[in-house]
Amino acid sequence: MSFAVELVDVRKSFGKTEIIRGANLQVRPGERVAIIGPNGAGKSTLFNLISGRFGCTSGEVRLHGQRIDGLAPYEINRRGLARSFQVSNLFTRLSVFENIRCAVLWSMGYRYAFWKFLADLDDANDRTEEVLEMIKLDRKRDVLATNLTYAEQRALEIGITIAGGAGVVLLDEPTAGMSRSETRRFVQLIRDVTVGKTLLTVEHDMGVVFGLADRIAVLVYGEVIAFDEPEAVRANPRVQEAYLGAVLEHEAAGAH
Amino acid sequence: MDTAVSALPIATPAAARRNYHFRPYNVGRWIVWGLFALVLAVAPLFWTSSFGQTMLIQTGIAIIACLAYNILLGQGGMLSFGHAVYSGLGSFLAIHSLNFIASGRLGLPVSLVPLVGGLGGLFFATLLGYVTTKKAGTTFAMITLGIGELVWSMSLMIPEFFGGEGGISGNRVVGKPFFGITFGSQVQVYYLVALYCFACTALMFAFTRTPLGRMLNAVRDNPERVEFIGYSTQRVRYIAFMISGFFAGIAGGLAAVNFELVTAEVVGAGRSGAYLLFVFLGGATFFFGPIIGAVLMVVALVLLSELTQAWLLYLGLSFLFMVMYAPGGVASLIMMNLRVAAFGKLRHVWTSYLALAGTAAVMLLGAAAMIEMVYHLQLNIALGSKLRFLGATLDAKSPDSWFGAAFVLFTGVAMFEFTRRAFKRQWDTIQEEIEREIKRREALV
Repeated sequence: MSFAVELVDVRKSFGKTEIIRGANLQVRPGERVAIIGPNGAGKSTLFNLISGRFGCTSGEVRLHGQRIDGLAPYEINRRGLARSFQVSNLFTRLSVFENIRCAVLWSMGYRYAFWKFLADLDDANDRTEEVLEMIKLDRKRDVLATNLTYAEQRALEIGITIAGGAGVVLLDEPTAGMSRSETRRFVQLIRDVTVGKTLLTVEHDMGVVFGLADRIAVLVYGEVIAFDEPEAVRANPRVQEAYLGAVLEHEAAGAH
Repeated sequence: MDTAVSALPIATPAAARRNYHFRPYNVGRWIVWGLFALVLAVAPLFWTSSFGQTMLIQTGIAIIACLAYNILLGQGGMLSFGHAVYSGLGSFLAIHSLNFIASGRLGLPVSLVPLVGGLGGLFFATLLGYVTTKKAGTTFAMITLGIGELVWSMSLMIPEFFGGEGGISGNRVVGKPFFGITFGSQVQVYYLVALYCFACTALMFAFTRTPLGRMLNAVRDNPERVEFIGYSTQRVRYIAFMISGFFAGIAGGLAAVNFELVTAEVVGAGRSGAYLLFVFLGGATFFFGPIIGAVLMVVALVLLSELTQAWLLYLGLSFLFMVMYAPGGVASLIMMNLRVAAFGKLRHVWTSYLALAGTAAVMLLGAAAMIEMVYHLQLNIALGSKLRFLGATLDAKSPDSWFGAAFVLFTGVAMFEFTRRAFKRQWDTIQEEIEREIKRREALV
């Protein structure tokens, strides 16, 4: 069986500092994986390596068994991997509708076409409307992205990520900066839009992690020190020692 | 705000209504394009003088060039300092083909010569753009500047192609007449330019509604994200650059047919700078902005330069004020006022506009008198110290003239500042009212 995403001894150095020190990870198709770890553990860097934003110093990244390390981000995206960003990364001077439609175009095969009118692309426009309803921004379709509220921008960020229909979705702290009630609604939204997809997410909010993830990967100092089901990770002494102990106890008593 | 009210499953009933696509006939758009065609068609009936028609022809050419430039600047966020390279090289290829037609080596109707210019522009944009569009932002701007200088220096090194100091001249009345059209008269040239102008404007507008056109906007807004939705930003920029080069080349080809003389300055930095400056003045953020810019360009380059020696100074000052106070150019000023008008509030401000215009005119009068006196002192003092300024006689060496001009200037500045502040308050109130009105309408939906 081939894994949806597989990291084989991935390393990344910036100058003399090694941020990722031989990370290994095997994500099965359709699985929801949360990557957690203390600040500076390299969670975002790991996402940047998988999505092609940075190149690996050594090691291999595989998508459905094929190597994708060394490819440009757009080539990786065309193979069915999409990602969101920690800080909303939108097309600020375009409307909500145009933001989503841009994200749909390549997957619908329109490539660099300048001999077709956007208005005539029924399938792309339908898909865009569909995504707008999924992320509940259909009433904001003509608002410029820059004029949205923070929570709406986060929703649009997710919308752009999933619009192209990629099978593997990476979400970098999707609920960062949101209030508790917003977060709860947002987790449900993420569940809805990633049905049947492989999901990797970086999260700080343990409520989100335990509510969303089938398995949890714990990243400490650039290494995956544990990768297991939530209960097993919670019980893992290495994890407790390295990072989680106090937080998990707290969350178990409170939110969960 | 209810982004995610509840955990509704993905809406399914929507799928049913999607099979039917309602496309209303866009009446407004037909009217606008109809008017544009009409203006192009009847313009030479109103400007019948040779000078007037020269200006019309140049405006038509400038519209194509400025719109082509704006594909880069406004739509793609690419600040090019060397776009005259593509219009200029298009001009040279066009004038050479005119000469080939004259010597019988090329059987092409003169009306298609601008297309040769376009293909030339496309060819050089394909060749040089590959290097240029590898980078974006400041690096892109630097490379265009470098390539502009490169081509400019080549123009002096290869006189066989560029004609050296004298340039290359040609004759557009060659080949077989086409239904009696020989392009001997200016009106015939005008209608050729008008046809190309309309077609190119329509094509470039159509481009903004295509997948590539939209992705170009996305690349302008956020190149990083574009890479993560399947597009190569470099490829998007490159293709857009080629398209822009093609239309710039057509403008160059038309200029060659019109002037029948092409000198090396058409590829120079001055021309490139003019494209940038006037597209910016007209407004790069709206499609029609460069059209306004093109009209301003011809008015400034042809009319203003006739009126005063200090025209470059006036031009520089207006550019400066535009960048500082209305970075969206004339087009954005128009659109802002259209919005105010749409909410029925324009009648509250028009008196302020009159006051602003009046005080600005006083200010300008004082400033212009002083500028003209300085220029007179520096350049024409041999003709005596007296000069004519708007019907009055000023003496550049008399303190009276200077004192008078300064008095007018400072009165103007004070009055303008006073009205500006009042207007600012008024404008802000109106904007607040409009925002409130929009919120109210949203709540009703």
